Parts: sequence; structure tokens; C-alpha cells
Amino acid sequence: MQNELLRLIARRLVQLAIVLIVVSFFTFALIRLLPGDPTQTIIPFGRGPFFEHARARLRSDLGLSKDFFAQYWDYLTKLVRLNFGHQYSSGRSVGTLVKQSLPVSLELMIYAQIISLAIAIPLGVLAAYRAGTRTDSVINTTAFGALALPNFVLALLLSFFVGAQLKWLPTGGYAPGWLDPIFNGSVHMDLGQHLRYMVLPAFSLAVGQIAVYMRLLRTDMIATLQENFITLAKAKGLSNARILWRHALRPSSITLLTAAGLSVGTLIGGAVVVEVIFTVPGMGLKIVQAINAREYVELQSYIVIIAVLFVLVNFLVDFLYAVVDPRIRRARAA
Amino acid sequence: MRREELDPHSDGLMADAGLVLPAGVAAGTEGERKSRFGDLSVGAWLAIGWMVFVILVAILAKTHIFTWGDPQAVHAECARKGPFAQDGSAPGRLFGCDSDGRDMVARLALGAWTSLLVSFGAIAFGFIVGGGLGLVAGYFSDKPSRPIAAVAGGVIGAAFGVVAFGVIGAVGLGLSDGLAAVIGGVGGLAAGGYFGYQRGDVDTLITNVFNVMLSVPAIVLALALVAFLQGSEAAGTKAILPDVLILILAIGIVAVPLVGRISRGSALTWSQRDFVLAARAQGAQHGRIMVREVLPNVAPAMFSISLLSIAIAIVAEGTLAILGVGVRPPAPSWGNIIALDRNALFTSPHIVFEASFLIFVTVLALNYLGDVVRARFDVRESGI
Repeated sequence: MQNELLRLIARRLVQLAIVLIVVSFFTFALIRLLPGDPTQTIIPFGRGPFFEHARARLRSDLGLSKDFFAQYWDYLTKLVRLNFGHQYSSGRSVGTLVKQSLPVSLELMIYAQIISLAIAIPLGVLAAYRAGTRTDSVINTTAFGALALPNFVLALLLSFFVGAQLKWLPTGGYAPGWLDPIFNGSVHMDLGQHLRYMVLPAFSLAVGQIAVYMRLLRTDMIATLQENFITLAKAKGLSNARILWRHALRPSSITLLTAAGLSVGTLIGGAVVVEVIFTVPGMGLKIVQAINAREYVELQSYIVIIAVLFVLVNFLVDFLYAVVDPRIRRARAA
Repeated sequence: MRREELDPHSDGLMADAGLVLPAGVAAGTEGERKSRFGDLSVGAWLAIGWMVFVILVAILAKTHIFTWGDPQAVHAECARKGPFAQDGSAPGRLFGCDSDGRDMVARLALGAWTSLLVSFGAIAFGFIVGGGLGLVAGYFSDKPSRPIAAVAGGVIGAAFGVVAFGVIGAVGLGLSDGLAAVIGGVGGLAAGGYFGYQRGDVDTLITNVFNVMLSVPAIVLALALVAFLQGSEAAGTKAILPDVLILILAIGIVAVPLVGRISRGSALTWSQRDFVLAARAQGAQHGRIMVREVLPNVAPAMFSISLLSIAIAIVAEGTLAILGVGVRPPAPSWGNIIALDRNALFTSPHIVFEASFLIFVTVLALNYLGDVVRARFDVRESGI
């Protein structure tokens, strides 16, 4: 088993290295995809010494005077040293901006994941237990509708009805709760306030996941409920609740947990747009601001950071599954 | 040999397969299939009707055969007014106007054209490239195929060689860019080609390419491609491609590995059937078997997936527009109608919600039809 695990790790590390090279080269090449002279595109307005100076600085930052591969090498070494360049309008370093915005995005994604599991599991169990009945079809139809509801549409609906019409919750903004990435302690931390700001964005992000998770769990659970050990449990006279929650749920939840582990990419994509609609100051909002301000170097850094984090998270999830489940370990080491 | 004789739907295997409950909703559509379209449910007809309606409206609006007015004409008296705007409604304009006073019906109709063109185009691209690669990968997964593996390995090796040796040669050894790239490319081509020839494993090569492509979150990849390909108008440089084409390309590239993996999985199961072996025994070439034997059987699954993918592409178009990298105005698309007047959400919600509603209903219809097709051809959910 030790051997299998080591071989798996070695294989995965090689794959990881290849993926990271591809990702870094792709993001490096992005700036070259810009039509025209990149310095003219990034700093389009203005003539005169001030702007020429800014462009010269940008040119040296991008290493444009060097040869192509030397530029890539520069870029790679800067990435490894976590030097992500800076905003040309403000001079602020992108690293600082990421430190401020990434935790907010992570909070949002974690809340969304918690909400979706907390709602999907009971619904999935209920739908499986009542399979074929009206309860089941109501849950299924709702899930089908939820799957067709893009999260930006849901976000706009919630923002309008719950936020603007009913005025129950704020329609945008952020307050620090248990993390304070932005305000450096200048704002009082208030968990209640924080959650009030996060409910709508997190829920918008969660609904699509709820439908997916619910359907996966329902399918697996229906299969599990036909197993002999469930019949035995019923014969022993255990209560339905106990059978469902203590006996049937655990063996039915493997697909669900795999899907939850692999949903990071979907969550990132959703978080970007939800943050924009609710003006949550996370990475998504920063990305859109960078696009609007033509801060292409900043944008490039955000893309490479998200991609690398995503690759690392997937690597970790995959690795953890292999540690937990010997069958997967054997299959993947082969 | 005619395919119908060995059609899997007519042999005894289906009875066993019928015992396996297909995942998802539509488990209750058993019964004999006398005609393929005779026994569709009301919901399916509604969905088909909606799609026909939307496509028709889009084509008419684009070709000016029947117009709903000029989508760019400004009617100041109607600006921001709609069925549920706070300012009151605009007489004579069914869906009201946007915040510049442009008629919503005209904009939504032409927007349908843009949104559908982008999503159908992107999925067509994804299917031609990803579906093709997936078919090849799935078909060859259990057979060695040295020449094809050599070609695939060579291409991958060359690309990798250019980058890797480019850096080593140009930075480490002080060669010129061109020389380093050529050496790296040729070296990579030879090494990759040789490696591919030795292993003969096309499947692993293609699957790994898909995996690498999947290693960047889909929306972020599409966003990056569009943002950088579009560049910035303000700088006075024109983008190389028109916006619609850029979006088709970006969403299409993202779709390639997703479609590819599913088509690989489907091709894999069909390629192991006896009729493929029979065709092979009769001396048919691989290419012919793939096109004449495997492809027709993979097609129903692909059709179902394509409907679901088009729905996803429509949502992707909207998402990208909201993120500021959609089709740029003045051309309307459902996504950029939302993006342009998102600020007016609280005062004139009709603008955003009319476009949102169209996206929702279209996605619902496509999802529903995708499920109907899947249930009809008993395509099992796998690899999604």
C-alpha cells in the first residue's frame, strides 16, 4: 500500500508540473493576444512625458524589449516569487489586492457549499424515501427548474425582490465577520452583519449545486434502499429515520462527496458573476474592474492565480480520495 | 454488413439494460417505440415549440423579413418604461424600452439571433473538435494504433518542446529565439512521435490533453480568451476577429474537453461491441468503422449532450456579458441587454428580467429536450 501511494504521488506530481507549465505559458501568452501594442492598449490615453514614463515602466515590467522566451522565463521567475506586478492606474501591487479579495471569495464559496449540502442532503433523502410519490416529483420538478436558472438570473431576482422590494437584506457590499481581509481592523467585526451581507450571494451560488447534489444523492439512495442490509434493518424494527440517516445515508453519499469535491470550478465561475451582481469585493469583482480599467497585467495575474489554486485544490482532492479509498488508489496507480 | 442487423436496440441486451434505472428524472418513459415522434409528451412539444419560435424570431429579426422595429432607434418618451417600471408603462410598446428608449421587443428579437448564434456556433465548434478527438480516443482505447499515436504524440511533443527548449535554449544557452524554438519543436516532434509510436496509446494522449484543458476553471478560461482577444477599443486598435466569432471560439474551446470526454466514453463502449469486430474482420479500415459503425451509435448520446451544452453556452454568453466581455454594444444579445441595464434593476426591472426570462425558458426547454432524447435512446448518464 505504501508503494502504491508513493507511485500515485509521483505520477500526480509529474502531471501537476506539466499542468502548471501549460497554465503559466497560457497566461503569459495572453498579453500577446492583445491586438496592437500592449503598452498602448493598457495605457491608451495621454501623450507626454508622464504617460511615456508609465509605458516605459510597463514595457520593462513585461520585459517587452527582451526576446520572447526570455520574457517567459522572467514571467515564470516572477510568478514563483509571487511577484504579480501592479495596477498601472494606482501603483498598488496585485499581491496586496489578492490578499484583500481572495479570502472574501473563499468565504462566499464555503458558505455556498455549506448551504447547498445542508439543503440538498435532507431533500435528496426525502425524495429517495418517497420515490415515485408526489413529494418526490415536486422536489424533482423544482430541481429541474433550478438547474435551468442561471445563477446570475437568480442573483438579480433575489437582489430585486428580497433586497430592493422587501428590504430584508442588503443588495450589495461586505462586512467583515470572522476574517478581516480588507479593513485592517478599522471596522468593527460583526458576524451577524457579515452574514446578512453574505446570505443572498451565497444562496444565489448554492441553488444550482443544490439541484445537482440532490439528484445525485436521490439516485444513489434509491439503489441503497434496495440492499439487503436495509431490509434486515427494517426487519429488526428500526425506525425509518434511523435507517435513513444512520444506515442508508453513508453508503449513498460517495458520489455526492466526489461531486462536491469537484465542484470548485463551477463555484469559482459562479462566484465571479455573483460577486459582480452583489458587489462583494472578492476576486470576481476585481477581475471585472480590471477588465473595465484595461488593467491587463492585473487581469493576467488574477487568471493565473485562480488557475493555479484550482489545479492545486483538484490535486489535493484527488489525493485525499486516493488516501481514503483504496480502490481508487489501486486504479489510479496502475 | 448493414448496421441495423446488429442494432443494439433490437438484441436481447436491452432487456438487461432496462433493469438499470437511468439516473435523473425521466425513468417513466418505457413502452414500445413505434414511432420516434408520435408519443412525445405535452412538455416536449411545448419545448420544441418554444425553440422553433425563438429560432424563427431570431432569423426573421436578423434577415429583416419581418421586423419588430429598429433595435437601435431611440424613443425618448419610452425610456426606462415598461410593464413593471416605477415610471409607469409605455403605451404601444409591449415590453417597454431600455434605459436609452430603445424598443425591447426589437432588441430581444435581434438579441436572440446573437445569443443563439454564439451558443450554437460554440457548441458546433466543441463538437467538431472535441467530439472528433473523443471518438478517436474512445475507439482506439483498446487497440494499439501506432501511426495515429505517433502523430498525436508528435504534435503534443512539438508544442511542449518549443516552450521547454525555447526557455532552456534561449535563456540558458543564449541561442536566438527562432533557433531555440525550431530545435525544441523538431526535438519534441521526434521524441513525442517516437514515444507515441512505441506506446501506440492514442487514448491516453488525448485524454491527458482534455485533462490539461479542464485544469483551468471554464468561465475563467473563456473570460481570459475573450478579454485578451477583444483588447480595447479605446486604444484605437481593432480586434482581430468580430466579437461573435471571438465568443464562439472562447466558449467552443471551453466546450472541447467537456464534449470530448463524454464522446470518448460513449465511443469506448460502442467500440467494444461485436459488430465493430465483425466489420474489422471483414477488412474495413479504422476510419470507415469509426464513421460508419461507431459514429451512428454515438450520435443519439451526442445529440442529447449537444442540447444540454447549447443551454450551458447560452448561460455562458450571459455570464461573460455581465463580466464585461460579451458581445459589445450596439449589437444586442440577451446577455448584454442584462449587462447594459443592470444598474437600472431597481428602477426599471423589466429590462433585465425580460432578457433573463427568455434565457431561463430557453435553457429550460433545451434541458427538457435533452432529457427526453436521453430517455428515448436510453443514454445512460455517465462521465458528466
